[in-house]
Amino acid sequence: MIAAETQLYRLGEFHPFTAGGRQFLYLVPAGAIFELDDGVQKVIGALRGREQGYASHDELTAALTAQGLSAEDALDLIEELHQSRVIVAGDLLLEPQEVPEDFPLQTLVLNLTNQCNLSCQYCYEFGADKVATPDGKPKFMNFETARASIDFLLQQSAGRRGVHVTFFGGETLMNFPLLQKVVTYANERATEQGRSIDFSLTTNATLLTPAIIEFLSENRIGVTVSMDGPAELHDKLRVFANGTGSYDVIEPRVRALIQNHKTRPITARVTLTSGVSDVVRIFRHLKDDLGFHEVGFAPVTTSPNRLYAINERGMDGVLEQFHVLADEYLEYALRGEMHGFSNVSDTLSELYQGVNKSHPCGAALGLVGVGPSGDIAPCHRFVDSDTHAMGHISSGIDRKKQKDFLQRGHINSKYDCHTCWARPLCAGGCHHEAYVRYGDSGHPNLHYCDWIRDWTDTCLRIYGEISIHNPAFLRVFAERKALS
Amino acid sequence: MKHMRPLNQKAARIASQHAQSKEDVTALQQTAPAPRPHIPMGCTLSFSPGWEVDSAGGTAGLCQPVERDIYDCYVTCFWPAQVPDHLNNAPDWAGKCAAATKDWRNLDVVFP
Repeated sequence: MIAAETQLYRLGEFHPFTAGGRQFLYLVPAGAIFELDDGVQKVIGALRGREQGYASHDELTAALTAQGLSAEDALDLIEELHQSRVIVAGDLLLEPQEVPEDFPLQTLVLNLTNQCNLSCQYCYEFGADKVATPDGKPKFMNFETARASIDFLLQQSAGRRGVHVTFFGGETLMNFPLLQKVVTYANERATEQGRSIDFSLTTNATLLTPAIIEFLSENRIGVTVSMDGPAELHDKLRVFANGTGSYDVIEPRVRALIQNHKTRPITARVTLTSGVSDVVRIFRHLKDDLGFHEVGFAPVTTSPNRLYAINERGMDGVLEQFHVLADEYLEYALRGEMHGFSNVSDTLSELYQGVNKSHPCGAALGLVGVGPSGDIAPCHRFVDSDTHAMGHISSGIDRKKQKDFLQRGHINSKYDCHTCWARPLCAGGCHHEAYVRYGDSGHPNLHYCDWIRDWTDTCLRIYGEISIHNPAFLRVFAERKALS
Repeated sequence: MKHMRPLNQKAARIASQHAQSKEDVTALQQTAPAPRPHIPMGCTLSFSPGWEVDSAGGTAGLCQPVERDIYDCYVTCFWPAQVPDHLNNAPDWAGKCAAATKDWRNLDVVFP
């Protein structure tokens, strides 16, 4: 029975798509993208046409010669497709990969404080769905902890020449004095070791001053501003404790930041909620009126019954507007210009590399978060949560807890994902989102599946078009980080 | 590759592997993939070892864990007496068990 099976060809796992009138396929799980000629179409057609979905070598060869291919060409074609696994024969079970032990760190997220001067209702750190348990823990990180964290990063990232530190909060700039000290200290240590270290921070922009902006620019610190659009939309949920919106406070500061910080691109990060989902309008405001270099969007992480949660219809509307911006992105790309819609760039970047993820992101692998108390968390979203703490900066990563987290989040344990063609990029989606929705960080984010597939398909088509009309543009992504 | 044009880095690696295999002496290598051991998915009738004991009278030395056999009942033939009722009361019973031979320890314990 086995011998007979191995000679039967059937289609491998791939997602076919068209762009610019040509045929492509996205090979799963490799993550490879190929443009196809008519011959390949004939093989796919021949196998699709079979009642049981498979054909013997001889039957397949016969079907191809009947369509005008010479016997030699047909053999060549079958071999090429078999080798690249577009068609498969026999039992091609892929061996599950083990969770890597001792994965070197690359990025450390330092939560300089868990305090914030805003009271955004949807905040995952303070809002109704929070996982943090900050009671009794320090509110501000001290220099001892920060220094130990930098030493820890450099020591645990042996072998990597460059490492990265992201400053986070709370509101990061509420602990700006520490940020300054950490940058100086980290640069000294890295220089001693002949390595490089770069920095970024996320802020709500309320506390930016000319002096701070100058410091950020001088030290090449990348800045992401959490901002939800023009005043009317931004002020719906991004409010101070007394309920007043924060737009008027941050607008002049954001303008000053963009004007005076010239060493790194400035990015806006938009949280979409039920009342704030006018993607195109938000993009125009942030990109054209304020001048951000890049704007990225993500739907709010929340349990589905919150008032500000985006429901299915709302998400369809969001996706529709994503498509408008995606079309625009393509026009820009064909002219060789950057458009600034991060959601496309990020996906194209991963498509360019052909990633095939075991985990949705680097959390607990190459990236960990450190809270003000020195507790280590899988990422900044889990900081200060007793349930998810995995060690302390003084004693290192608790390998057992790390292993448990990584095994839960591994694509192999997400049964629902195994038949999905978009899994090389998605790998089940954000651990934190899963925890908030399903109470298990290893649960696949099933509420997003259709949108993820739609979006991946959209970006594949864009990729195809660019590869036909302006392939040089794709080289931009050779340098871009795969997991940003 | 003659029929497929690689468009990303992963595709380029597949293509270069293809090119290398072209330059090699392939006559003796292009056989069918080595047959893997056949693991039956089915109940005891199709040669899964049943509720057997090993040579020492226990279950530790069986060629497959006994739990694997229970899992077979769950996936391919529904035996309410042996496995939790996965249609109504315990739909997530095997939710954490992606590959039974490896993950059988994750099968949930269900108390009726």
